[in-house]
Amino acid sequence: MNRRTKFLAGGGVIAAALAYMIYAGVTQSAVYFVTPAELQAAPVPGKAYRLGGVVARGSLKWEARTLDLSFALSDGKATVPVRHKGTPPDLFGEGRGAVVEGSWSPEGYFKASLILAKHSEEYKAPHDGGQAGYKELIKTLKGESR
Amino acid sequence: MIPEVGGGAAFAALALAVWGAVAAAVGGRTGRVALVESAQHAALAVFVLVTACFALLTYAFLAFDFSVRYVATNTNLGTPFYYRITGVWGALEGSIILWTWMLALFTLLVILRHRESARELYPWVLTVMLAVIGFFLLVMTVAAPPFERLTPAPANGRGLNPLLEDTGMITHPVALYLGFTGLTVPFAFALAALIAGRVGDAWITMTRRWTIVAWYFLSLGLLIGGWWSYHVLGWGGYWAWDPVENAAFMPWLTATAFLHSVMIQERRRMLKLWNIALVILTFGLTLFGTFLTRSGVIASVHAFTQGTIGILFLSFLAVVLLTALGLLAWRWDALRAQGELDSIVSRESAFLLNNVLLVAATFTVFFGTVFPLLSEAARGVKVSVGAPFFNQVNVPLFLSLVFLMGVGPLIAWRRASPDNLRRNFVLPVAAGVLAAAAFFTLGVRSALALLALALTVFVAGTIAVDVVRATRARLRMGERVLPALGGLLLRHNRRYGGFVVHLGILIITLGVTGSHAWSVQTETTLRRGEAAELAGYRVRFDGLTATEESNHFKVAGTFTVSNGRVVGVLRPAKKFYPQEQSPIAYVDYRLGLKEDVYLVLGDFARDGSQATVKVQVNRLVSWIWIGGLVLTLGTLLAILPERKKAA
Repeated sequence: MNRRTKFLAGGGVIAAALAYMIYAGVTQSAVYFVTPAELQAAPVPGKAYRLGGVVARGSLKWEARTLDLSFALSDGKATVPVRHKGTPPDLFGEGRGAVVEGSWSPEGYFKASLILAKHSEEYKAPHDGGQAGYKELIKTLKGESR
Repeated sequence: MIPEVGGGAAFAALALAVWGAVAAAVGGRTGRVALVESAQHAALAVFVLVTACFALLTYAFLAFDFSVRYVATNTNLGTPFYYRITGVWGALEGSIILWTWMLALFTLLVILRHRESARELYPWVLTVMLAVIGFFLLVMTVAAPPFERLTPAPANGRGLNPLLEDTGMITHPVALYLGFTGLTVPFAFALAALIAGRVGDAWITMTRRWTIVAWYFLSLGLLIGGWWSYHVLGWGGYWAWDPVENAAFMPWLTATAFLHSVMIQERRRMLKLWNIALVILTFGLTLFGTFLTRSGVIASVHAFTQGTIGILFLSFLAVVLLTALGLLAWRWDALRAQGELDSIVSRESAFLLNNVLLVAATFTVFFGTVFPLLSEAARGVKVSVGAPFFNQVNVPLFLSLVFLMGVGPLIAWRRASPDNLRRNFVLPVAAGVLAAAAFFTLGVRSALALLALALTVFVAGTIAVDVVRATRARLRMGERVLPALGGLLLRHNRRYGGFVVHLGILIITLGVTGSHAWSVQTETTLRRGEAAELAGYRVRFDGLTATEESNHFKVAGTFTVSNGRVVGVLRPAKKFYPQEQSPIAYVDYRLGLKEDVYLVLGDFARDGSQATVKVQVNRLVSWIWIGGLVLTLGTLLAILPERKKAA
């Protein structure tokens, strides 16, 4: 085996290892963006989802002593109950958009491990409650990657 | 009036930059010196005009000129003086000015430094630099005009994003932009080398310091960004694989690869094509990063304004890449390597592997960052990969790079003999293995942490072996220890500067390993007088206080932290800004070499009877910042003018 072949073989091994690592990484840590309607249509327990919607009015319950947070996320078509352990983030509230990451529990609720608050540099001045349409909101929420 | 002057200056600068680029190119082609001189004057005028734009915008901020839209958006009457100045580059329009200004400054420095020395390359370097400035001025005049009027002018502005009210606001963007713009210089020289057909080592030798300095500022920008995230954003981390972080990290990776691969070209006349390609890739990635952050295709913590600007950057990126590819094809024959790899066990192949791994890491970061776009385009579902993906794929790559950091500088060129390997690596390997065993008996069970620690000790060992050997050689010449060591560092400052930078990276590795392996946290709600316990610390809630600050209202919790004795009183808070719909968390912490105690105030009862607090004990994080300081020292040493060896 001459030098050139050796180097090519070495390069091939590295490329294959890299391809495998990327493949394994993607399959293990892929998170699917879904809306409440999409999730409710076909929930797969254990699969990692990122669920975006609007926190339904009157659904938010926060128990400070036990850190139990529960609310419902809605996209106008379907409503999904969500439970989380921890303080609600700063930008969180009823009637506002939220993205949660977690999985579907067989007991019939979405178990959130993370609530994503949107920090945006270009933020809005306080406006007079003009709520963006669900569609527009979902679109921006799904566009979020973190 | 003043805003119109500023807008006019930007247009004039654009015209002059275009003229300068063309004049320098024609001058370079025909050899007419007068045209090149005219381009120099144009570059000087561009610098003056952009400086004027910058000064006028700053004036508008200081004078609260809310008739300027940008001022009204990013400041208000309550904004403190300091943040009115940093607010100038707090958003898109101003940051483009800052970027352009730095480019103009670098162009001026290139003129001062290389006017005589760069010869055939010089006119083309000017052309490329001015063309890049021209593009940014185009963005400034067309897509993001900073001096646009707002009618009617509001009585008060909106105010700076509260998250940007931090001392990091001056250092973080400035360092990052110095890094990004600095990388334009080697890029300009590389293109000039291709155009002039002088693809030898001249451009590499001339840009060596430029690249190191740009790389340093990029590193600094990333580290300060990490520090900012750690002490402002309140999630207790310094790196989140956020798309914008990735955007700055990718050019850092390729620039690091370039810093190493040029050494092979200088020494063995190999990798000419690779080096030029790396510089082009690096510059392309800085544009891509800007596109990514400014276009809104991928939202992130940093997501800036959306608009036409993304298209502009993407088009410019395409123009740059196509031009570069065309030039590469044109000069293909001249780019053939003269040397050849002799053996796999050699310094060349260690460096080559380092480059392959760095580019592989760049690719994985790129892939992970644009994955949501790819999956949506390919399958119609939006799928993202988060931090687990980046960690899983990059940790093995980075650990291999740490290993190579120990091998590369000591292994012999061409072909390493068994004796060379024995002499250099037996002791460090033994030290690494012993360290792993020692940490294992101390109770470290994470295989990854053990591996990282062993590798760190191994690399530190190789540095020690080299320094000790070289100092001994000088001692035999009759020098004393300290002068011998000092002489070594100064005479071979490039090599030992590199070692010190490596040491800085090792220290950062230690901090990252420690914080990942051993940090702990808990979240709990405490009544007044109650305490939470974590990792030997007691955190007692003593009550809430509310204060009125110049531009916000602040509710702070008082927590007494003790571990046997009182460590300190921490006051994490929530800040309520009138222009913000939600409060902003303000974390408080006690930093330490071994661990940081870090508190984030969550929810609280309005009567102050109870508060929810997140307590984190973050291990070894301080070493990341210390590593940054060491990195700074190493860079300084590496860019000192090389001394002539004593005869």
